[in-house]
Amino acid sequence: MDTVGPAKADLALTGEGADKTQALTYPRIDCRNVSVYYDDKQAVFDVSLAIHDRAVTALIGPSGCGKSTFLRCLNRMNDTIEGAKVTGDIFMEGENINSPDVDPVLLRSRVGMVFQKPNPFPKSIYDNIAYGPRIHGMVDSREDLDAVVEKSLRRAGLWEEVKDRLSQPGTSLSGGQQQRLCIARAIAVRPEVILMDEPCSALDPIATARIEELIDELRKRYCIVIVTHSMQQAARVSQRTAFFHLGNLVEMGDTDQIFTNPRERRTEDYITGRFG
Amino acid sequence: MSEHIVSAFTDELEKIAADLMRMGGIVETMILDSCTAVDRNNHDMARDVITRDPEVDRLEEEVERQIVSLIARRQPMAHDLRSVFSALKTAGELERIGDLSKNIGKRTLMLDESVPVAMRHGVARMARPVSLQLHMVLDAYATGNAEAAKTVWESDDDIDQHYNSLFREMLTYMIEDPRTISAGAHMLFMAKNLERIGDHCTNIAEFIYFQITGEYLIPHERPKTPNTGI
Repeated sequence: MDTVGPAKADLALTGEGADKTQALTYPRIDCRNVSVYYDDKQAVFDVSLAIHDRAVTALIGPSGCGKSTFLRCLNRMNDTIEGAKVTGDIFMEGENINSPDVDPVLLRSRVGMVFQKPNPFPKSIYDNIAYGPRIHGMVDSREDLDAVVEKSLRRAGLWEEVKDRLSQPGTSLSGGQQQRLCIARAIAVRPEVILMDEPCSALDPIATARIEELIDELRKRYCIVIVTHSMQQAARVSQRTAFFHLGNLVEMGDTDQIFTNPRERRTEDYITGRFG
Repeated sequence: MSEHIVSAFTDELEKIAADLMRMGGIVETMILDSCTAVDRNNHDMARDVITRDPEVDRLEEEVERQIVSLIARRQPMAHDLRSVFSALKTAGELERIGDLSKNIGKRTLMLDESVPVAMRHGVARMARPVSLQLHMVLDAYATGNAEAAKTVWESDDDIDQHYNSLFREMLTYMIEDPRTISAGAHMLFMAKNLERIGDHCTNIAEFIYFQITGEYLIPHERPKTPNTGI
């Protein structure tokens, strides 16, 4: 079975209603001994962790701790950086995504990404969403495409706000709306995993709350990994939290445990504001 | 534990702990003094205990106010979170201990010289181990000693047994001389108040243990003599 690339028949995406305990029962991504080097400098050291499906996993840690670098391993975004080298194995559905046989473009349609700064294409709202399904050949007709656009915008909680102006440029939206547009764009290609790299750090508290509400909604269908500098945000939106420091994974556990009773002194010092 | 990067955060947590210790100190003497007042039939002392209670109430409010404000402004995590949670709950328990001691003082005012000395001694004898429980649990709080908190938690059964034996003793006085029934009834309530204070100390021990270790003490694992039906 071809496990890389969007499954065309799977219009239902993944099932709904999975609760938290079920969500934590099996991993979607299994990372083993992952190290990342930028030329001679090692940025991530031998990280092994499991990322669960239908759950939000938060990666936290001080600036330069390797959390964003690690996140970028999950859809091979480090391939695009000159001099970057990733070692170790990252299994999705039993397949090692670091294998040379894996097409990174198809991989990135399975593992969508949302960035710190909203980055809509300089196209209409409609085309921002339609772009991915079109190039991946996921739709056969205009009606199908319309349906995908509407469904994606609905899931991103943006449909009601933009349904009457789909032909306007994506960049005409507010910052928070643009970020939800980017999330809608990511889910339009029916990914299994959504990576978010500080998705709210450029947004005001109201727009942040809307994104967090959206993340909570998306968690029912997707595996979500979020890098955030806001510990409160990690505590609010995630079920699992991993703490990185100096390129090492210090501690990973249920979010409740990490924020009420961390096992490691370095985690405690960081989340209580005693670092350095 | 090292200090916060924002030093005012450390100062605020220390202020809460200091207010809590002050509350603890006041209620500890309230327990002892209320029972000394019973023992010596000293109404002035009983009235003095009663007048100290509003200060305890005020401190509880003060601790609560500081904690609400700290949560809103600093969003404490991990040990900090557990310590403000524990302080909030402990303040409530200390306030109740203050009320119960005040109540002993009020009942003392209803007794006169006719009450047999032996009955008075009974209540006074129970005050010592109860106030010691509080003293030890506050020490555990001040020193951050989880094992000391657990020791207090495990020894509440001694207080319960003391109460049961005092209960039986009071019954014998009342049976022997029905004129002591009125005083005996008051004294039974006093003894019950002391027994309740022991329970509040147990609760405080649980909060402190959680604050320090992040683990819960499980109530049904606490040593307990089978219920005597009292």
